Amino acid sequence: MSGFGTPAYDVSHVLGGLVLLLSFMLLSQRRIPAMIGAFALQGAALAAAAGWQAHVQGAHELWITALIAFAAKTLLIPLALRAAVTRLGLSRAVEPALGIGPSLLAGIGLVGLSVMVVLPVTAGQAQPLARADLTFALSVVLLGLLTMITRRNALSQVIGLLSLENGLILAAVGVAGMPLVLELSTAALVLMLAVVAGVVAFQFRVRLATLDTAALDRARGGDAP
Amino acid sequence: MSALLTQALHIALMLALAPLLVGLVRFLKARMQGRQGPHPLQPWRNLAKLVRKRPVLAEGASWISRAAPYAGFAAALAAASLVPSFARGMAFAAMADLLLLAGLLALGRAAIVLAGHDVGTAFGGLGAAREMSFATFAEPALLLAAATFAILAGTTAIEGILAAIQEGGLGLRISLGLAALAMMAVAIAENARIPVDNPATHLELTMVHEAMILEASGRHLALWEAAAALRLTLWLALLAALFLPFGMAPPGLAPLGWLVGLGIFALKMLALALALAAFESAIAKMRVFRVPEFLGAAMLLGLLAALLLFVSTRLA
Amino acid sequence: MTGFPLPWMLVFWPWIAAALLAAMPPGGRAVALANLGAAAISFALAIACLWQPEGLSGWTRLDALNLPLVLTAALIGLTTAAFSAATLPAERFDALRGRAYHAIFQLFMGAQFLALLADNLGVLWVAIEIATLASVLIVAIHGTPAAIEAAWKFFILCGVGIALALFGTILLYLAAQPVLGAGDPGLSWAGLRAVAARCDPGLLSLAFIFLLLGYGTKAGLVPLHGWLPDAETEGPLPITAVLSGLLLNASMLALLRTQAIVGGNPAALDPGDFLVGFGLASLLLAAFALWRRRDARRLFAWSSIEHIGLATLAFGLGGAAALAGLVHLIGHALVKSAVFFAVGSAAQLKGSQAIADIGGLTTSHPWLGWGLALGIAGLMGLPPFALFGSEFLLVIEATSRPWLILPLALGLLVAGTALVATLQAMCLGAPTPDRPVPLAFAGPGGFRLAVAPIWLHLGLALLLGVALPAPLRAMLDAGAELLR
Repeated sequence: MSGFGTPAYDVSHVLGGLVLLLSFMLLSQRRIPAMIGAFALQGAALAAAAGWQAHVQGAHELWITALIAFAAKTLLIPLALRAAVTRLGLSRAVEPALGIGPSLLAGIGLVGLSVMVVLPVTAGQAQPLARADLTFALSVVLLGLLTMITRRNALSQVIGLLSLENGLILAAVGVAGMPLVLELSTAALVLMLAVVAGVVAFQFRVRLATLDTAALDRARGGDAP
Repeated sequence: MSALLTQALHIALMLALAPLLVGLVRFLKARMQGRQGPHPLQPWRNLAKLVRKRPVLAEGASWISRAAPYAGFAAALAAASLVPSFARGMAFAAMADLLLLAGLLALGRAAIVLAGHDVGTAFGGLGAAREMSFATFAEPALLLAAATFAILAGTTAIEGILAAIQEGGLGLRISLGLAALAMMAVAIAENARIPVDNPATHLELTMVHEAMILEASGRHLALWEAAAALRLTLWLALLAALFLPFGMAPPGLAPLGWLVGLGIFALKMLALALALAAFESAIAKMRVFRVPEFLGAAMLLGLLAALLLFVSTRLA
Repeated sequence: MTGFPLPWMLVFWPWIAAALLAAMPPGGRAVALANLGAAAISFALAIACLWQPEGLSGWTRLDALNLPLVLTAALIGLTTAAFSAATLPAERFDALRGRAYHAIFQLFMGAQFLALLADNLGVLWVAIEIATLASVLIVAIHGTPAAIEAAWKFFILCGVGIALALFGTILLYLAAQPVLGAGDPGLSWAGLRAVAARCDPGLLSLAFIFLLLGYGTKAGLVPLHGWLPDAETEGPLPITAVLSGLLLNASMLALLRTQAIVGGNPAALDPGDFLVGFGLASLLLAAFALWRRRDARRLFAWSSIEHIGLATLAFGLGGAAALAGLVHLIGHALVKSAVFFAVGSAAQLKGSQAIADIGGLTTSHPWLGWGLALGIAGLMGLPPFALFGSEFLLVIEATSRPWLILPLALGLLVAGTALVATLQAMCLGAPTPDRPVPLAFAGPGGFRLAVAPIWLHLGLALLLGVALPAPLRAMLDAGAELLR
């Protein structure tokens, strides 16, 4: 059984903690490209966690989940976001509604909250591995929510939503024997891809609107050279 | 008996090693940056020169400027004598506690800050203010890392922690990794290294540590330099003892074991000096108002480490 | 598998129709009529389900709880397709958008049926996700800044809601895992309900909180309702009727299934209290919000929030009030979509959605005006429509908690008077000038086809209110029983 001190527990603990740490890194960034990089790293850590769970639980569909998570979250989505930032000339500053320091403190508070909530509630469960993973997953979800709430820039809100979904996948792979994990995680990924497409389209429209007014000014014979 | 012997050897080692370590780091940094660099023994030569000179004090200096260098050096030496290097079970080991260490380092910091304020120059006050603002975050980070060890080993005594690590089989722990990161950040801040402070700067407005000892000269300056060197040595030795805990001789009389321990300790110090030189050459100095963020992040890492360990030990 | 896989046909036919509609040559009446045909076939399949034995069929189940809702959904799908066929040319879609609109409409219908019929909670979640994606795309279809803004808000808020609901689903599985073991049975609603009393109460409570927040966002419960008014104001009008009647119902069903599971364990927290709280908050906020609205569609969107709040309140009280809740869900879907059809027709006639621009409809267009007036009267809860019966039953049940009476009465009163004012402004008095939008009612059937569904819905709501057929009554009772 995977208890405290066994390699199965230790490695999942390390990988789960790494995903949580990267959530904090997301909260502490000031620039969008740095946030995208941290998100890509989080995707890689998540894929590693899913792969390790596949190995430990002997559930082979989790390997596919790990592969999809890696392909989408470490490669596809960060590349798309970076391309959007460069091509559309979006603002690269994260505009924090709550300062970086207070956000990090609030984040620690949320981690404490999830520890206090999950540990007593799951006291009857036999697997300490699932309990630890659930704590990490809930913390990542709450930190994703915090990122969405405390950042004004649309792209950083989307990255917050994506990291929230990372927490969900961490929970799903951590619970042994969960049915439909592959299907659920793929469906969630489809939703997230749609969100990313949506934000790019949204920003494209906004930019188009500003471009239009600039073109209109020039057509009216404005004073800009 | 053997405990006293090892302790005495250890203090002598620390005193001898400290300036050499500073020189070595400077030399390695220079070579990495493509320069010739000063000889590794240069700090020893500086100390020897300065010790023979009479200190010159400013007109407004009080007794603090005369006493502070000795206080700072004494605190640094006391702290250095507590951190084990090549052997465990030294005479002062019963007192060697991470919290006491933090306290002694704070004492040394108080001495230098007061000395900086004493003469009333602008730069002294500037450096002192910066040093204290960094300490506001660095000290809690150190304490939180100590708390992580306390949860793991059940004690903050260095001997107890070493025993737990060497016998307990703690395995791979992310909390240890986070605590290591936190302590390394604190070490950088405490020793006035890049990215927190540039030890080689001559621009007063960018100084933190150097600014406070601008007015020191002669013997006093020698004491300040020696104290700084001792602090660097003790921090590297502490990191080596906590995170690279192999190769130390067990308590008791064992000259061969001590020799082996010395050799391994020397290798560890060399490796850490190399790492420090590489790190300092690779990154740039941070803007001063960003340093509290950097140290705040270290504090949060320590908090996270303690929290995660708390979670996993509660589950066991 | 029990007999013919009728539920699966009901789910997959709209998706096949969506593919066919996307492949058809765009423009003209053919596509709209094909859409209408597809909806008619769905309706026939739904009626055929009445003869299907109840119970599990793979991942779907048919029981007394979702069968009335499935029938309502199929009916509203059919009438919306009819209304859409009549009024679509006025939206002036280009070729791509026209095809997309019809295809996404059927995609949404398929997802809706899957959400209503699903037994496996994971499949339920995926179905609601697909339905959300489809409705976001339709709300954004016009591409105007206001539409895209509304769609973005919709997407983000509902995205967070869906994510939280998935977390709750995982927790629910974790709670039941020691009892049900690994694999598919762990997520089956029937299975979970049976073993709820043996599951870990703490985990069940935590799961309920997340599922309430998640599906509650989708159902438009205050304070997670922010997306609803914008989403129902922008976008083509038929989708507003569909959102109001169908998506909210599906989310409510998901919430009810959750309540049934968690309520089965007495040691877990009582779901009813939370539902009462959220329902009351929705009712009160919406009632006061109704007074300040100037746009007709926005006003009725807030009215949706109010009614879903009432239904939630009813389900929270439990017992006999659950029957009231079920009747309220069905009645509201019928009456609200009728009202939206009327408002849409009026907007096309007068060229604007603002209340100030629409007036005196009973004088200028009697069929439309009186239809709208009766619909608003139905929303107010006046007899003889279904909503009167359900609200009456609710108030009677609420007397079991005396502190509830005052806020409930206050909410109903404030909402009622706001709706009276709207009725006077829009239906009675001197008619405002007609400024029909270009191509108004240019679709097949024209004005008549647009107005007929209103009266059909009102007739059904009347039937539901005064002369509830015995078999239907038995089915609703059985459904309420399932929720205990």
